[in-house]
Amino acid sequence: MQTQPGSQQTQPGGAGRAPLLEVRGLVKHFPVGSPLDRKHLHAVNDVSFVLDRGEVVALVGESGSGKSTTARLIARLYVPTRGEILLDGKDVLKAEPRKASLAYRRRVQMIFQDPFGSLSPNQSIGLQLERPILIHKRALSKAAAKQMVYELLETAGLNPPEEMADKFPFELSGGQRQRVAIARALAVEPEIILADEPISMLDVSIRMGVLNLMYKLKEENGIGFLYITHDLASARYIADRTMVMYAGHVVESGESVRLMENPQHPYTQLLLSAVPNPRAGLRTQEVQARGEIPSLIDPPPGCPFAPRCAHAMDACMQTMPAEQTIEKDHWLRCHLFASK
Amino acid sequence: MEKSVEPVLDIRDLYVEYLTDRGPVRAVEGVSFAIQPGEVFGLAGESACGKSTIAHSILRVLRPPAVITGGQILYKGSDVLKMEGSTIEGFRWAEVSMVFQSAMNSLNPVVKIEHQLTDVLMKHLGVDRSEARKRAEELMDVVNIDKQRLAAYPHELSGGMRQRVVIAIALALKPSLMIMDEPTTALDVVVQKDILQQINQLKKEYGFSILFITHDLSLMVEFSDRIGIMYAGQLVELAPAGKILSEPLHPYTKGLLSSFPSITGARAKLSGIPGAPPNLLDPPIGCRFKPRCAEWEGLEMEKSPRLREVAPGHMVACPCNFPGEASGVN
Repeated sequence: MQTQPGSQQTQPGGAGRAPLLEVRGLVKHFPVGSPLDRKHLHAVNDVSFVLDRGEVVALVGESGSGKSTTARLIARLYVPTRGEILLDGKDVLKAEPRKASLAYRRRVQMIFQDPFGSLSPNQSIGLQLERPILIHKRALSKAAAKQMVYELLETAGLNPPEEMADKFPFELSGGQRQRVAIARALAVEPEIILADEPISMLDVSIRMGVLNLMYKLKEENGIGFLYITHDLASARYIADRTMVMYAGHVVESGESVRLMENPQHPYTQLLLSAVPNPRAGLRTQEVQARGEIPSLIDPPPGCPFAPRCAHAMDACMQTMPAEQTIEKDHWLRCHLFASK
Repeated sequence: MEKSVEPVLDIRDLYVEYLTDRGPVRAVEGVSFAIQPGEVFGLAGESACGKSTIAHSILRVLRPPAVITGGQILYKGSDVLKMEGSTIEGFRWAEVSMVFQSAMNSLNPVVKIEHQLTDVLMKHLGVDRSEARKRAEELMDVVNIDKQRLAAYPHELSGGMRQRVVIAIALALKPSLMIMDEPTTALDVVVQKDILQQINQLKKEYGFSILFITHDLSLMVEFSDRIGIMYAGQLVELAPAGKILSEPLHPYTKGLLSSFPSITGARAKLSGIPGAPPNLLDPPIGCRFKPRCAEWEGLEMEKSPRLREVAPGHMVACPCNFPGEASGVN
């Protein structure tokens, strides 16, 4: 299990055992407009993937692509319009349709982008970490909970833990606060952490520290991470697999390094060509496609990228193509590949 | 080489302090650099390192409690800090314009795009409304937006389009220097690349210089000619963009570079920089980067190291010795 970033992890188990988390055909439409003129914003359309123990899966895309909504659906902060969320092969939406059970919330935790907004300003760090421990009954006495808090702080790299526990959020830097948020998620020993842009609001010099902490937790504790980001380079750095989202659809998915070496979907190609990459030579290739993500309110049928795509055909305007596997663990949804 | 052409902007030993209740915060300390005509000069560093304070100082739009406590800012030879009343008003925008951070939200939400453009033109050029309207249409052409959109309100445009409008306003008076403070930070990468390419094209046509400010070092290396790296209010390294990437000298620059994973090549473990930037109310004595420095050799200094030239065009402020140098400590 001791692998460096760069090595691909083979799937353990395989036949017979259900994956830790599986999402099938997840859809979320938000109603917008007035009741007399009801419209729907198609935020997430038919998203399916698998996330196993000790795996980091990245969900990348531009703002408005539906990546955060996907994470919030899995965290059960929103009720999906359609689709299934399977934990250990059991459909949790059937068992607990409206609200997630305490057990589900223990196993699936979420950390948010803004470490300044996600912590209570008037409680000490120790108290904020103690609460989930007591609520989820992981410790039976206050003293035992306190000991657990110290261990959590140490795991998250907040030293010395006794001192950190007495501090308030305003006394901490952004990076330290995000570590507290991670420690709080860890307090209930989750199996999955949904990390929504966990480093994008942090100062650049401390971002790697937080990413490396996530990597350590994946390696040593076997936690599965869904890593939501707009930064492809960081997805390539930490994620085993990367999914590219556009206008609510996952358009391409593959093993991270391979996907970014060999992008096939025209949108993935566009996205990668726009990532600043000084090492590839200064002022590199031109961006080929102008324009921005289309409106998601009652969108027309067909591929959402078609209006910007240089290769668009008639079929692209009519239907969204099905998944096409082009090599091992690498698939995409594009009519260019549907005929082959 | 620096003497042959007069720089557009020459900042000499600039000091800026924020006078807070808890004492002065030295936001900018002894910063000097010059920008040549047609050059893109990048100023990189983390939040609160003083880069935006420098930008605001150049236009003299610092708000209290910030005060400039020392140094000179020379624009084509004349001292901006000594300009008064009407001189400074004529200088702002006509000579130096600025695209602010989150500029796309700096448009007035209840005024049509047309009037936001024509107001600037009428005020500064003294032209009438129809002439201003004609110029506004030309400007929309320049930044690749359909003229029809002049009738739109800001909320009717996408983020990328609003940013283009702000750039059009900044270009309106054909300034010699454009300050761009995190111009594309709030935008998606595809739009970011598109806008930066367009600015590059405009720069070639109009020949203005750019002071480009961002925390994104990858983007900066791609876009700038020369780069200054700032840490805790001080300039710690200054070199051509390629050199910053290939031969960084200051340990902070090296740390910053190792904070950006690459999109190509082998996947290697990156360390970032341990610790966090210092509190400027009480900065470390001597070298401000010392507590986070991996290469610190135990040398204590009373004063911060000064910027010195260690190779042609390559300056660094670090007490360490570098190869090819006689003595490091000044």
